[in-house]
Amino acid sequence: METDRLIQALAADGADRYRPVGQVLAASLLVALPVSAALLLSTLGLRPDLSQAMHNPFFDLKFVVTLALSLSAITVALHLSRPEATAKGWRLLLLAPLAILGLAIGAEAMLPHRTSAMTRLVGHNSMLCLGAIPVLSLPILGAALLGLRRGAPSRPVLVGAVAGMLSAGLAGTLYAAHCVDDSPLFVATWYTLATAIVAGIGALLGPRVLRY
Amino acid sequence: MRGRDDEWTELMLSANAGDSIAYRRLLESVTPVLRAGARRGLARAGQPVDQAEDIVQEILLAVHLKRHTWDGTAPFAPWLLAIARNKLIDTLRRRGRRVFVDIDDFAETLPSEPPRETLPASEVTKHLEALPARQREVLQSIAVDSASIKDTAAKLSMSEGAVRVALHRGLSALAAKLRTV
Repeated sequence: METDRLIQALAADGADRYRPVGQVLAASLLVALPVSAALLLSTLGLRPDLSQAMHNPFFDLKFVVTLALSLSAITVALHLSRPEATAKGWRLLLLAPLAILGLAIGAEAMLPHRTSAMTRLVGHNSMLCLGAIPVLSLPILGAALLGLRRGAPSRPVLVGAVAGMLSAGLAGTLYAAHCVDDSPLFVATWYTLATAIVAGIGALLGPRVLRY
Repeated sequence: MRGRDDEWTELMLSANAGDSIAYRRLLESVTPVLRAGARRGLARAGQPVDQAEDIVQEILLAVHLKRHTWDGTAPFAPWLLAIARNKLIDTLRRRGRRVFVDIDDFAETLPSEPPRETLPASEVTKHLEALPARQREVLQSIAVDSASIKDTAAKLSMSEGAVRVALHRGLSALAAKLRTV
């Protein structure tokens, strides 16, 4: 087919122009989040002392960290969905949750403790954390990648990894309501490892799913 | 090249506001630049330059299907050239070439050579034949026979809405097929 013929067909096709990537991503995440939430509630459930735990600032801080991760990763993923976008500068945004964690670790260290730092880091159930967050992430990661397919990323591996981070952030937000370990040392170790696993899965899927 | 970039940006803004004549003018205006870049890239990779037209058409399809990712407050040319580079790299990779990204292939220069006769690209034609019948008939009517949506609808006894849907699906399917060869 000659190129001017193709252009004629393209010009005739006016449909489907306005739905930006952010809207599609938001819609698909809104479908996946209840799935992961139901998965958590039907298997692990919430921690039994939830109402008491809410008075503990370190319990609340887990949500601040995971939500900060989710929001910064969503922002970076949407930015990188534009073909001409570069990661420069934007990557720093992903360090925001780590900065919050660093401050929290410092604050916790200044309080008197009955247990050693190592005990707090190892926590009660690190392996559950390491398994549950990736599993809860999977529906969210699938939805995030589907939503981001609407974009045109030049770096699909990176966007896949960032999609993994945003999924782990949202899954971590859910899991935090079950997790009885509130120490920032625990979060910095195990939540971060779980996030790295999901980011790795996202990076593997990215080039397969996000090429346009 | 400032003037040309501004012109492209304005045309694309009009196109996004629903002006299909501006959109067509834009695509016609970017095509020679894409063609020159595709030829340069192929030549540098030691590939026959007569495949440039396939790459041009793949870029145009991607531009069309991803135009919502262009931010209307930013200039159009960097967005276009980023898509063009991605498509060139993809094509060379599919042919098993080691690719070193050279951002100069789609540098913002107009082709110095006069536009020579271009060969019709074969890839799109090949995949067109593999499309579902309705999509193929609609695409052929609009692209090859230059019929309007309305005339196509009458000719194929479809509603205009169904013609639009078939056209869009056909173009998306073509892009997907080009991606996987």
